[in-house]
Amino acid sequence: MTRVFVPCDSAALSVGAYDVAVAVAAEATARGLDVTMVRNGSRGLFWLEPLVEVETPRGRVGYGPVHAADVPSLFAADFLSGAAHPLRQGVVEAIPYLANQQRLTFARCGIIDAYSFDDYLAHGGLRGLRRALELEPAVIVGAVIDSGLRGRGGAGFPTGIKWRTALQAESAQKYIVCNADEGDSGTYADRMIMEGDPFILIEGMVIAGLAVGATKGFVYIRSEYPHAFRRMRRAIGVARARGLLGADVLGSGRTFELEARLGAGAYICGEETSLLESLEGRRGQIRYKPPLPAISGLFARPTVINNVISLASVPIILDRGAAFYREFGSGRSRGTMPIQLAGNVKRGGIIERAFGLTLGEIVEEFGGGTQSGRPVRCVQVGGPLGAYWPRHLFDVPFDYEAFAERGGMIGHAGVVVFDDTVNLARQARFAFAFCALESCGKCTPCRIGAQRGVEAIDRVIRGDRPAAQIALVRDLCEVMRDGSLCALGGLTPLPVLSAIEHFPEDFEPLRRPVAAQ
Amino acid sequence: MRSTTNGAAAPWDAAAVVMIAQELKDLDGPLLPILHAVNDRFGFIDERAVPLIADVLNLTRAEVHGVVSFYHDFRRAPAGRHVIKVCCAEACQAMGCERVVAEVEEELGVALGGTTPDNRVTLEPVYCLGNCALSPAALVDGKLHGRMDGARLLALVRGAGR
Ligand SMILES: Cc1cc2nc3c(=O)[nH]c(=O)nc-3n(C[C@H](O)[C@H](O)[C@H](O)COP(=O)(O)O)c2cc1C
Ligand code: SF4
Ligand code: FES
Repeated sequence: MTRVFVPCDSAALSVGAYDVAVAVAAEATARGLDVTMVRNGSRGLFWLEPLVEVETPRGRVGYGPVHAADVPSLFAADFLSGAAHPLRQGVVEAIPYLANQQRLTFARCGIIDAYSFDDYLAHGGLRGLRRALELEPAVIVGAVIDSGLRGRGGAGFPTGIKWRTALQAESAQKYIVCNADEGDSGTYADRMIMEGDPFILIEGMVIAGLAVGATKGFVYIRSEYPHAFRRMRRAIGVARARGLLGADVLGSGRTFELEARLGAGAYICGEETSLLESLEGRRGQIRYKPPLPAISGLFARPTVINNVISLASVPIILDRGAAFYREFGSGRSRGTMPIQLAGNVKRGGIIERAFGLTLGEIVEEFGGGTQSGRPVRCVQVGGPLGAYWPRHLFDVPFDYEAFAERGGMIGHAGVVVFDDTVNLARQARFAFAFCALESCGKCTPCRIGAQRGVEAIDRVIRGDRPAAQIALVRDLCEVMRDGSLCALGGLTPLPVLSAIEHFPEDFEPLRRPVAAQ
Repeated sequence: MRSTTNGAAAPWDAAAVVMIAQELKDLDGPLLPILHAVNDRFGFIDERAVPLIADVLNLTRAEVHGVVSFYHDFRRAPAGRHVIKVCCAEACQAMGCERVVAEVEEELGVALGGTTPDNRVTLEPVYCLGNCALSPAALVDGKLHGRMDGARLLALVRGAGR
């Protein structure tokens, strides 16, 4: 029997992985070959998707990008023994893009059958939880603090400190909420984990429950991810059947229940208090803080709310120890970060590495430059509220503080590459327009300011007194930054002002006309 | 689930709305799951559903109405028989989604956010589908597609049936 892997990740499916799986099955049957097909997640080397892998004595050999029409020729070339073929990429683990990574959180993603609890166990699953079950809550919290793990959802708040606050809060009922709203453009790490290694997230949430004394959890998944939602739901069912969830977690006598919930198409519901409002069944409007959610969160109970990647990084911290995890990284940015390379780039995908890679290494060495073949002009890092970075800042290392020092943020670690046809005035306009569209409406600077910003940039683009309009934009940005309750209004100035600062020529329409799109 | 196609939407049925609400009302925070279920079943949230849901949950109509109107997913009127959502966020912009949108708009004779006069296709923007390394991305009747261009998207629309 030969095992063949065809990913069931939605990005792989979006370029034909389902048809490839059907073709592989049909061809194997027609040839009377004993092939077992495994539907794994994605390795995150998206330019090779659909990436078909075959298990051989030398390791898993990859072929990609495979289209259904290529399948007969793969069989004819004897790909089942890992033989030569124009699409052959060699042993997958040896592909430099992957070999140059440090996969801790994504260690299993793309390797295992995402639905198979046994596969999860065979690849080291539940070791972290088993360890946690032997420890006092305060010791678990201590390990997470010592690991240096900071929130991967955007704000970078130390995860263990948040947990300690929730642990110390007195309440008969506490909650763990996983923020799987992943609204930042250019990001897909949360989606990949939910589709490719869902049990790691469940394990992380159960550990969080043990650590703070919470018995119930929710995963709030954005509705733009229907596939991830279905897969997560199914994984929760499997986890319950196998005793990872329920009234007696792994026979420990401890309880942890988990539900997956669907968002309803609102970027602002990624902000933690808005997400809690939404879970409770209300408009997703921001709550005033304090109280912190860790003290009074969901249904006014102490609530830990963490991003998918933060929670999925906890099992390995418990398994290998805080010291192991904090060995990775630089400065106050400890551990690894799954960087998501996207947009106009030749080799887009997940790059999980210790903090500290430079933007240049990410874009040029991993990414291989643009997909269009034109020069890279800039990258936007950190989603729609992130700054635009010109090439002369590509030596900045990927780390929370280094980015903040230069007026940017890493956010959820999305890096979107643009070539030289981009017009930054239009990008600045989009930043304002997006803020206006997604504003929860609670504060005037965000609700009205963003709309004024769109109008001012439109006048710049038309060449209507651009200098005066840019002065107005700067004023608006100051008001938004200082007068907004949350980071949607507060950080929209980042992309706008970075565009003006680094690409002033795009705001002088007479010198540089808007490139024909 | 986000309502994707109106082809299978059920006609108005007050008893069904009440049944959905009754079935889900014991969840913690039941309103969004109920609204999703109603939106899925009928293709939109009929104004007449609001008081029925409010009644089951012991909320005011204004509260339910406020929630329905807050979220982009909940439709107030039926969509076309096919729904195309084109990603208009940055990673897709970097790969020319504006061109894709323009080509589809021109060919179908409908502007982004609108529905064709024959009610066949609704064309909408969406902001990131998590397919940013294979951009431009689009959802056609709930199915994700990557590396889109105008011609491929139009072929998918033609292939979607009536
Ligand atoms: C406008 C806005 C959108 C956000 N969107 C997300 C999101 O999609 N996913 C996420 O994990 N955090 C998001 N956050 C950050 C959350 O508010 C919060 O910091 C995070 O869920 C905490 O988890 P972490 O500490 O594990 O990162 C957003 C914040 C703001 C202001
Ligand atoms: S800044 Fe915008 S999104 Fe945030 S609370 Fe104010 S109005 Fe709402
Ligand atoms: S930005 Fe278009 S799929 Fe993410």
